[in-house]
Parts: sequence; C-alpha cells; structure tokens
Amino acid sequence: MHDVLVIGAGHAGCEAAAAAGRRGARVGLLTFRPEDAGQMSCNPSIGGVGKGHLVRELDVFDGLMARAADRAAIHRRMLNRSKGPAVWGPRIQADRKLYRAAIVSLLTETGVEIVTAEALRLIVENGRVAGVETSCGRMSARAVVIATGTFLNARMFVGEKVIEGGRRGERASIPLAGQIRGIGLGQGRLKTGTPPRLDGRTIEWARLENQPSDSGVWMMSALDDGHGPPQLNCAITRTSERTHDIIRANFDRSPLFAGSIEGRGPRYCPSIEDKVKRFSDRDSHQIFLEPEGLDDHLVYPNGISTSLPADVQERFVRTIAGLERVEIARAGYAVEYEYVDPRLLNQTLEVRDLPGLFFAGQINGTTGYEEAAAQGVAAGLNAAAVALEMDEVRFDRRTSYIGVMIDDLTLQGVSEPYRMMTARAEYRLSLRADNAMTRLGEAALAANCVSDRRRAYIEQHFSLRSTDAWAETDEARGDLLYAPYVERQRREWEVVHRDSRTWIPDDLNYGAIPGLSSEMVERLSIAAPETLDQASRVPGITPAALSALYVAATRRAAA
Amino acid sequence: MTGPLADPRIAAVRELRDPSTGEPLDEALVLRFDSPASSTGEDIVEFQCHGGRAVVDVVLAVLASIDGLRLALPGEFTRRAFENGRIDLTEAEGLADLIEAETESQRKAALTLAEGGLRKQILVWRQRLLALSAEAERAIDYGDDERIDAALQHECANLEAELRVWLQRPRVERLKDGVRVVVAGPPNAGKSSLLNAMVGEDRAIVTEVPGTTRDHIEVPISLGGVPILLTDTAGLRESSDRAEAIGIARASALIGNADVLVWLGEPQDVLDRQRTLRVHAKSDLAGRETPEGSIAVSSLTGEGVAELLRQIETMARELLPREDSIALNRRQALHVEEAAEALAQAAHSGNLVLAAEDLRVARSAFDRLTGRAGVEDVLDALFSRFCLGK
Repeated sequence: MHDVLVIGAGHAGCEAAAAAGRRGARVGLLTFRPEDAGQMSCNPSIGGVGKGHLVRELDVFDGLMARAADRAAIHRRMLNRSKGPAVWGPRIQADRKLYRAAIVSLLTETGVEIVTAEALRLIVENGRVAGVETSCGRMSARAVVIATGTFLNARMFVGEKVIEGGRRGERASIPLAGQIRGIGLGQGRLKTGTPPRLDGRTIEWARLENQPSDSGVWMMSALDDGHGPPQLNCAITRTSERTHDIIRANFDRSPLFAGSIEGRGPRYCPSIEDKVKRFSDRDSHQIFLEPEGLDDHLVYPNGISTSLPADVQERFVRTIAGLERVEIARAGYAVEYEYVDPRLLNQTLEVRDLPGLFFAGQINGTTGYEEAAAQGVAAGLNAAAVALEMDEVRFDRRTSYIGVMIDDLTLQGVSEPYRMMTARAEYRLSLRADNAMTRLGEAALAANCVSDRRRAYIEQHFSLRSTDAWAETDEARGDLLYAPYVERQRREWEVVHRDSRTWIPDDLNYGAIPGLSSEMVERLSIAAPETLDQASRVPGITPAALSALYVAATRRAAA
Repeated sequence: MTGPLADPRIAAVRELRDPSTGEPLDEALVLRFDSPASSTGEDIVEFQCHGGRAVVDVVLAVLASIDGLRLALPGEFTRRAFENGRIDLTEAEGLADLIEAETESQRKAALTLAEGGLRKQILVWRQRLLALSAEAERAIDYGDDERIDAALQHECANLEAELRVWLQRPRVERLKDGVRVVVAGPPNAGKSSLLNAMVGEDRAIVTEVPGTTRDHIEVPISLGGVPILLTDTAGLRESSDRAEAIGIARASALIGNADVLVWLGEPQDVLDRQRTLRVHAKSDLAGRETPEGSIAVSSLTGEGVAELLRQIETMARELLPREDSIALNRRQALHVEEAAEALAQAAHSGNLVLAAEDLRVARSAFDRLTGRAGVEDVLDALFSRFCLGK
C-alpha cells in the first residue's frame, strides 16, 4: 500500500514523487523504463527567462531540478543581465548524463520506490481514486499523480514517416489514455518538435562566433553542493538564404503543412519551416550550437526544430555556416500528443470531479522541463496532503510564477503549448529570480517539505533580512530599484483581494444567472472559478458577465 | 385596490380604492406587465394617476400600508432590471444619465453613452495599448537590445497626447450640473434685477439698499437646451458687516470658479479672463453711455436681455460636450487620467521592464474604466446615483 503513486518518471513525475516523499508519504514511482528518470528528451538546458524563475521557486520547496542543474551545468548564462533583476533569466546547459545521475541520486535520497511496470488503468472506488492497475498487478494508493508527458496516444513524425508512440523507440500508454478520455478529461492534441542532433566532431567550430559561459559564479539552487563540472563554450551560427530555399521547396513534405499534424504548436518556439513560412521577410535565423555533454560529441542546434524528412534536414543543415560537412546523428522530428484540459483541475492540480487524482506536467498542455517540474512539485505536495490529510499547498499568482502558471492553466486552459514568460506575471517586479526564498520560504517551511539543511538556510535568510548587512545584498538593491512600483501594486492587490473574497459557490448554476450569454455560461462552467477575482481571468469574460456573476454570487451569499 | 386587472399590456381605467376603507382615491390608468416581458423582468403593475401631490401621496400611503409592499430603494428598478438580465452595465450607466437628463443636450449625451460610444473608443485605445505592451514584452523576453525602442516610446507619447485631448474636453458633469454663469459686480449695480430679468421671475430680492444680496442665489435655467446654473452674488465692496463680508468672500470664490462671468461693474475693474460678458446695466437710466464692448441691458424695459442670454448661450455651448460627441464623467476621467500618467512615464522611462509595468498600469486603468476590474466599485458607484424608485 502506497500513500501516493506517481505515473511517469519525467521531470514532473520525479518532482511529484520526491515532493510527496518529503512530506512523509510512502511513494511509488511507476515507469516503463527506470533509466528514463531525469532524461532530458529535448534541449539539454535548464532555465531561461521566466523558466529560471520557476526553477528558483521549486528550489525553495527542496525540489530536485535546481540542484541537479548545478551538478550538471557545463555552461551558465544569466539572460537579460542588462534589463534589470526582475527579468534576469538564469539558464544552464547540462551534461545529459550528469543531469540524469543527479536526479536519480536526489530521488533516492527521498526514499521514493521506483516501480518498473506499465500503468494500465486507474482504480476508482466510491467516486475517488484508489490505486492503479499495473502490468505487475494491482497497487493501492490514496492519491495518484499522472505525469505521463507526451506519452498519451502520441504520434511521431519524421517527414512522411509516422510512428505511433512517444519519443523515439519508446512506448505510448494507450490503455490509460482511453480511460482518461472515458472520464471526460481528454481535450485535444498539441505538437512539439526537436531539431536534428549533430555530430560535433564534424562542425567547424573555429569559424563560428563563440559564446563563453558567464565568468561570475552563480548557482541555480540556493544550496550549493560544491563545484560542478568544467564549463564549455557554445557557438552561434545562422541560417542562410539557401537554407530557406531548400526548406521552401519541401514545404509539401512537412507533415505540418501537409495537414497530417492537427495539433497546435507553440507560436513562440516555432519549427524552422514555420519560421521560414511566417517570417518570409527574414533572410536569416540565429542558431545556438549547444554541446550535450562533456564526453558526448552530440550537439543540439537550438533554433531549427523540424519535422521535414531526414534527407531534407541533411541538405538544409549543410547550407549553414560551419555545418557544411556536418553529420546528423539523429534526425529531428515532431511529436503530436494528447493533453488533458487543465481547466478541469482545481488549483492544487487535483481533478475536480475525481478526488485523489492529480495531473502534472506536459500532459496538462505545457511545454518545457521547468514548467513540468514546477507542476510536479505542486501536485506532489498536494497529493501527499490528500493522502495524509495535511494542509494543501496553494500557489498564489501574486507571489510566485508557479502560482501564475497554475492559475493560468486551470482558469484559461491552453490552446497552444503553455510556456512560461515573464509577461504572464502581472506582478513581475515582485516575482524575481533572486527573491524566491523571501517570497516562498515561509510557505515551504509551513508545508513541512524541506530538509533540515534547507530549513536552516531559509531561517538564516530571514534573519539576515533584519540586519544592516542586508542592504548590501543584490536582492535588497533589487527591492530598492522597484520599490515605488511595488508599492503601487500592493495597493492594486487590495482591490483584487476584495474580489478574491467574493467566493463563487461551487454548485452555482451559471445557466440560471440572468444576463449571462450561453458562451459565458460555457466558459465559466468549464473553468469553475472559485472567486470573482479568478472569474475575471477566465478568457473572454466580459465586464457585463462579470457584474452579473458578482450579483448572483453575492445574492447567494446574502440568502 | 383596483378590482380585476385587464389583460397584460392592455391599458384599463380603474377606480383606485383604499382596500381597508373602500374610500375612492383616484381614477387611474392601470397597466399590467407579466414576467419576464417587463422592464425589470418581474411582474409589474403600473398606475398612471392624476398628477396632484395629494393624489400621489395618498396612493403611495395606501400602497405602503399593504403587507409586503414598500417603496423602492434608490436605483432599485434599474438594479433589478440589471440583475434579471434585462439590461447590461453600460445600458444601465446610460439609463442613469438618461433619467437624470433635464435638457436636450443632456439627453443626447446620455443616449450616445448608452449606445456604447465610449465603450468603442476605449476598445480602440485598449487595442493600441495592447500592441505597445506586446512590443515591450517581446523586447524583454526575446530582444537582444537592452535599450527601449524609440518608436515604442514615441507611440506611448502619442497615445498619451490623445488621452489628454479627451481629458481637456468638457466633462459630462457640466452637462449635468449646468454651466456656471456668475453675475457679479459692485453693490447696487443691478445684479439681482438682472438675474430676475434673465430668469423671467422674481427669484432674488431687489431693493435700492446696497448690499441686499448677502448670500448667493443659484437658479438652474435652460437656454436653448443648454443647462445653466445662474448665480447671483453679493456685491463686491469692503464691508464691516460680518454676514455681508462672508457673502463677499463667497462671491470672490464663485467668480474664480465661474465658467462665464457676467460683470456689471466698470469694464476696467474686471481682470482679463476668458468668457467674461461686460454688461452696462440700467441702460434705461438717462445719461448713461454704453462703453465699447459692453452690452447695454435694462432689467426694467427688458432691453438687451435677449442679446445677453444669446451670448451666454453661445459661450456656454463651447463649454459643453458637443451633442454628438462622447463626454467623460468624473469617474471615467479619473481612469483615463491614470492611463495617461502611466503612458507619460512609459514614454520617458529609461528602463524597459519599468516601461512595461507602466503600460500594464495603463491597461488596468482601462479595465477599471469598463468595469472589468473592481466590479463591486463600479456597481456601487453606478447604482448609488439613482434617486428613489427608478
């Protein structure tokens, strides 16, 4: 008997299992292949603008990602260094093998049991989740976290070739997908893609512009585990007019344009064929050549994800400066996958209509390791809360990017893969990568989910804040820089806070509210906002609908 | 009280009686509207009584004595119509103005608002603001350049300037409260007589004793559909009388706040201020020569009064929102002002992230303008404006 079972050992699953374990739950982590834990299936980097904020936040709760990133970092860059601390984006390149080893080692410390089995279906008893039927028999649990990433009914595309399954050579969890769809959670399909992997030994590095690692030392995690591996350079190159000609001539061979991929991809991270098509006036696109490891010759060309056929990939890649004689070690591909409508989850990532069941990660329509890991932490903490009858842990969009993400997902849903950007946070000036501990330290201590070492560190941080030496810290200087703006936001919060005290009864029948159009009724019913403040963020909700809702909610409260 | 009601939407004459005594109260036209096809969406009965105060009072008193009936609260009918989905918020706001409208220009302005004129304009502004925000955000998350794009700042300044133009336009309150026309001058210049002549009835006490008018007198009038608040003031002089001295102090303040000043003193005694009409009063008195640039007026014969009123109307009209244009009210102007301030900051900000924050503040000001944020405030502000029972 487990308290919490987690299905899937990707970034979300590992974090969920470890977080539940840190709260004292007996956790089983179900995976087809245990060696997948901590696998970086796409680009070998962690962090960035917005994403780095998420990593710093989950670190406060003793999440795994920040520490694993530090142990595996072979290149560090603080993005947006010149634009001010609110938008600094700590980003590292990781050695894939070191990263995986770090995750496995950190996971082991939490006492999570890794179970090699396929999850076949959920066991539902008395209207709540009671466990999982696996290929190795029935496993009971009080709470289950599904973190299967793109593995639900996924299809891979390399040009005209279509392969049913998750990533290359991996299996897709089809029976479970059927059941999830049966419960009414299946939503739609999204796509994501990767670039071809290059053999670094065939790249003419000397001809390319070098990008060195940051000279000043900074860490992803507040806990410094000691020195990481040596630092490598990246390089920058660009596509050319000839590259674009080849891509253009083969549009009809791309599953994106041939119509065989129906899922929507992210607008902000388009494939190279998308970029060539949509920005036809640009004669060149930047590419970062990122080494995948210290003893690995694979190179990840960031900026040219594609699902064109392998022969076209080879031809266009060789038109790029420095890559004229490059060998492709593995062709790029697009994955189309099914996701769950996150509007059916509440703000702890639990399925509203099926208590005990949680969803975390890419299956909720997000993209990126950091987004997945942060949801994993939230789902794991709350799955433990359900299993052990502890307090739930809610993330507020006013104090964390994790809160912004969960609020966006559960209220607005997704129509394209959701990626964290600082623009999503209206309180961006307060939510900095350098003040995560100040923002979330107390919540982490209250959730009882951190190690003694972390606890001591957080307490030390708060006592430092009350000393004169505090003024000399970067964080204090950041506070000072934004102080007048943050003060104005605080006043704004008060208004929002009033709306957030106007609770919407969960059995409120939107259809019976006079003055709400059927479109508004549908949007509100799916998103099921808990407060008027949340309702104001449901997409497409008009001021008139909002006031009608306010009247109905307050009337009910008065009755 | 009425006996059997007629079919819905059929007007019927009924004798109203006090149900407890059977005493007849009035003969009235009674109309019945069944839910949901009524103004509030509920069952409604409408009495159209004879207009005398006594009739209305007794009918209301008898109605109030019936169990379960009470007088409507301020704005209650509109609020119920809104709550039952018969009207939306913007219509309610327009309706509030429409009910308060007392002159033709007020009515037209309210109608423009009710038809969504302002909402459309806000939508246009908001679109431009969103484009600016999007550009700033792109530069933050994806841009290589740390400096703010000059074109972005230029466009912020443009939008700000446009909002400022709107803010400088006459406010809707002018329409509601009337253009302030102040009659002022030295004691015994004939100010009160002139006011009475302009109003067409005796509203101000007129004697030959200088300093008769101690406190000011306000008379709302309508000139060609333009709402005017005509104010008579105490004559300006040094006075040892305490009450008169206070009146004189008030007069000075009123002159300062006047939209149009009607000056009855010596032409050179009034400072060169905008919109001053110099009046040469008592033109009927022998031997008075009208100075250049003054209007000769006799309150006694009525000479020049029409000309004075015509000139006041012309000046007042300039101060009012054009009848087909959209005027902001105080609440709306406050939020537009907020947005303009934020845009000004963004236009001069040296920091991209702070400029983006300024743009966000401007966006949230528009949200409050349309009622997207702070719903409670908007509703409270709106429904508190209605007077009893509308």
